[in-house]
Amino acid sequence: MPPGEPLLRPDWVVNNLDVIGERLAEHLGMTATAVGVGFVISFVLALLIRRRRALHATVVGAAGILYAIPSLALFAFLIPFSGISFVTAEIALVSYTLLILVRNILLGLDSVPSDVLEAADGMGYTSRQRLWRVELPIALPIIVAGLRIATVTTIGLVTVTSLIGQGGLGYLIVVAGINAFFPTAIYVGALLSVALAVAADALLLAVQRRLTPWSAARGETS
Amino acid sequence: MTLIEELGAWLADPAHWTGPDGLLTRLLEHIALSGACLAMAVAIALPIGLWIGHTGRGAAAVIRAANIGQALPTLGVIGIILPLTANIEPYGFDLIPSIVALVALAIPPIVTNTYAGLRQVDPEAIEAGRGMGMRELQLLGLVEVPLALPSVLAGLRISAVQVVATATLAAVLGAGGLGRLIIDGIAQQDDAQLFIGALLVAILAIATELSFAGLQRLAISPGVRGRRAVRESAADA
Repeated sequence: MPPGEPLLRPDWVVNNLDVIGERLAEHLGMTATAVGVGFVISFVLALLIRRRRALHATVVGAAGILYAIPSLALFAFLIPFSGISFVTAEIALVSYTLLILVRNILLGLDSVPSDVLEAADGMGYTSRQRLWRVELPIALPIIVAGLRIATVTTIGLVTVTSLIGQGGLGYLIVVAGINAFFPTAIYVGALLSVALAVAADALLLAVQRRLTPWSAARGETS
Repeated sequence: MTLIEELGAWLADPAHWTGPDGLLTRLLEHIALSGACLAMAVAIALPIGLWIGHTGRGAAAVIRAANIGQALPTLGVIGIILPLTANIEPYGFDLIPSIVALVALAIPPIVTNTYAGLRQVDPEAIEAGRGMGMRELQLLGLVEVPLALPSVLAGLRISAVQVVATATLAAVLGAGGLGRLIIDGIAQQDDAQLFIGALLVAILAIATELSFAGLQRLAISPGVRGRRAVRESAADA
């Protein structure tokens, strides 16, 4: 760092609000894409596992191995195939959401009491109706808990994608900040990414409380 | 050249193995950095976890802080520390920010799992110990810790794997370790180098996971072994 360079230059922040806003939007977009795609894949996988329990060990084992691979390493594995690109970043980001999401969707669906299922069957629900009208609403708090962990993790990992030319706020930290010896950009990127993680977590929790007012009353979530 | 041929050519060069920038040096740097950070994290986190687990005092605040700590992006922490230490010679720029970030990353799982382990100890076992005239430290060392050991070691295992995986990022600031191969590979568009680096980090992370799982099995007394280890960190609950 150049001697005498202040940690934060307010004038730079004010003059570069458009750049900061763009990176913030990029960060949000990459996170939403990864968690969204990850959720759809996880949901399908979880339903398949519920139909054929034998798949459980295979799917969770494979997701666990993906999860254990360090993020920079996973990006690096993909570069020879999909290059230094948005797609490489997203494949890795989606991979990391699978373990958390599949596990929590299954935990949520398994948490539905069997007498509730029997009642639904007794009322003549088809299995699809039972899934959408009974099981998913009851499973929602646990599923959203998984979404919260996946989202917060992804927001952190998006910063790492700055090393392969993407990065959202990570671009401010690494390219505009560390590489250019410019503390202001580092702080703006780092603080915004932390704030984004905290805000996303709180937002998802609020949405879940809104959707399942009964669970908050019983103190099921925290 | 296909990737396989590139990998073969890269590995055929002895300088890539044993040179000062060779992969053996990088591997040792990676293990040394991870080991040192894990040791520092244990030295900080274990006493905190034992204290809040044994006394119950301040537990809620500490666990909340640990959960927030777990949400911090490591690259963000490295960035926040860097300007503060950059002018400290000799390691302020390339090493200290990564060490701080890795220690901070490793602390929460150890604290939360140690706490959860101690809280799960059957209160009757503690009562029995107290009835036998044990002092607080004896209770902790002879009753609570042995019974909580599966959970304590589970926390250590989570931290160790995360540190090994994340130590890759130390290379961003120019430190060594296996991340060097990946970062340099990206910069030099050398697919073989970055692929080898990625492969070694992944193997090291999985090897760490397996060796801590082995340690867990060895260190747990047969009487306790029947109990299910709490492998998930408290934050996941």
